[in-house]
Amino acid sequence: MRAMAAACALALVGSACGRRETGEVRGGAPKPYGFGRPAAADEVRAWDIDMMPDGSGLPAGSGTASRGALLYQRKCAACHGKTGTEGPFDPLVARERRPDFPFGRDPTLVKAIGNYWPYATTLYDYINRAMPLDAPGSLKPDEVYGLVAFLLWRNGITADTAVMSAQSLPRVVMPAHDRFVLDNRRGGREIR
Amino acid sequence: MTDAPLSRRALLAGAAGALGAQALRRTGLAQTPEHSAALAAPPDPTKVPGSPVSALGQRSGFERPRRIATGSISLTPLQDLCGVVTPADLHFERHHAGVPTIDPQRYKLLIHGMVERPMVFDLAALKRFPAVSLPYFLECSGNGASSYRDIRPELSPQRIDGLTSTSEWTGVPLATLLREVGVRPAAKWFLAEGQDAAVMTRSIPIEKAWDDALIAYGQNGDALRPEQGYPARLFLPGWEGNANVKWIRRIEVADRPFMTREETSKYTDPLADGTARMFSFVMDAKSIITFPAYPVTLPGSGWWDITGVAWSGRGRITRVDVSTDGGARWAPAVLQQPVLPKCHTRFRYLWNWDGREAMLLSRAVDETGYVQPTLEQLRKARGLGTYYHFNHIRAWRVRWDGAVVFGLEG
Repeated sequence: MRAMAAACALALVGSACGRRETGEVRGGAPKPYGFGRPAAADEVRAWDIDMMPDGSGLPAGSGTASRGALLYQRKCAACHGKTGTEGPFDPLVARERRPDFPFGRDPTLVKAIGNYWPYATTLYDYINRAMPLDAPGSLKPDEVYGLVAFLLWRNGITADTAVMSAQSLPRVVMPAHDRFVLDNRRGGREIR
Repeated sequence: MTDAPLSRRALLAGAAGALGAQALRRTGLAQTPEHSAALAAPPDPTKVPGSPVSALGQRSGFERPRRIATGSISLTPLQDLCGVVTPADLHFERHHAGVPTIDPQRYKLLIHGMVERPMVFDLAALKRFPAVSLPYFLECSGNGASSYRDIRPELSPQRIDGLTSTSEWTGVPLATLLREVGVRPAAKWFLAEGQDAAVMTRSIPIEKAWDDALIAYGQNGDALRPEQGYPARLFLPGWEGNANVKWIRRIEVADRPFMTREETSKYTDPLADGTARMFSFVMDAKSIITFPAYPVTLPGSGWWDITGVAWSGRGRITRVDVSTDGGARWAPAVLQQPVLPKCHTRFRYLWNWDGREAMLLSRAVDETGYVQPTLEQLRKARGLGTYYHFNHIRAWRVRWDGAVVFGLEG
């Protein structure tokens, strides 16, 4: 991850073309201006809901596929299908048996958790912040862990008995984990 | 009572309107606003007093440009616009959980993470900082998808490329706010988070904040439209729309990207070599002819002013070439001045149509020397299954009878 961040920074060095005077730096401007106010610790806590691939941000709690399955049928199946493949909205379950990640060649492939998502922690982060669509942010940590466990099991990534928690989830290696590369477009003559 | 003369004029206008409506009912044509507006026009406008002043202006009733709204997107009617600015009510939309209603009095932006002083800025505080106003395009990275696979002749500029718009954006440079909170030297990225029901998140390299990113609250001289992030949004000139997080409520500074759902499972570009490109922020150079284009039919041969827009997320457009014979010969179009970086650029090419079948193409070049690729070049570089950043050359076929259809073939 750190290597990726460093590479990204390098990638951006060449992107300053077209930069114009934004008016941001002005002679004699006070630093700091003193506008705004210090953030209270509890208001940071209330909004700081993100999780990272290393597990930072994941709350206490746990869940299993069997518990998640019940919740999935109640709160998710109407949009994502009984088994996660039927839709009508984003299918969640798919495995790609071909070893060469052929999404770029095959327009018929459906991107889902099992064949395209590179990080398991993203599942927790997204379900927790945005799902279900009609009641976003309403699930408790145990419920989110249960749904994550169910979806990972349905995608053939973890066992049906696996317990998902702040300790176990970051250790789950997703099938598509090594498939992502940084943007190598730089402008100039080459078409990439 | 000081406005008595105005009231009299309003009365007159009202009376004229009522008479007009009566007349319309008689003809049976008062079914649509177009008809009522058209028929309400007096035979000689110099012989009747006009309408009074109004607190809020509106378009002529004869003009009815509309976005095409479908699912979670609405498309800008590029073929109905002139110049480079998109009227705010026609700016394209893409939402992931609808348009939230946010009370500006209760709005706040939290900046925390790897900073010396975690801080909260309300709207008044944001507006107190020195502001900048600059015209920039904003484009969804999925724009142009309908011209890459499963291509149909019955595609309009709006259907193909309606997910791009240009506005004058006003806001405070994000760099100013980051100096205010004191970013730690090890910081490399920041998370931008929205206050919509998707709580939209994207990780952004911090260099973009030091370069030209804004926290924008103004659009074309007005407050941001709700659909564009009212009361404040992140604006990243030249970068894909999704990263320009609307309704922004939180910025967390970090030393790594967060790997959110949008930047991993969604806005990544699968490539033919078995990889997928991530953090592909910059929108490469692109152009589209907006006239003549489907569904227009040219009524006859002779002089026609071919026009369209070009833009590049890497800076200025330096050149647009137009071909009327499918790419055998190219000639430079006139670029409307001033040409601004990361902004729609209007181009024009005067064409004397001989009445025979023609194929119209436009090809943009930007200040890095990048040349808008052909469909074949892009498919070769990325594969038929790729997604996002569809910036290949668009084509329009002008048939012998003047009918214009989209010209690329699947």
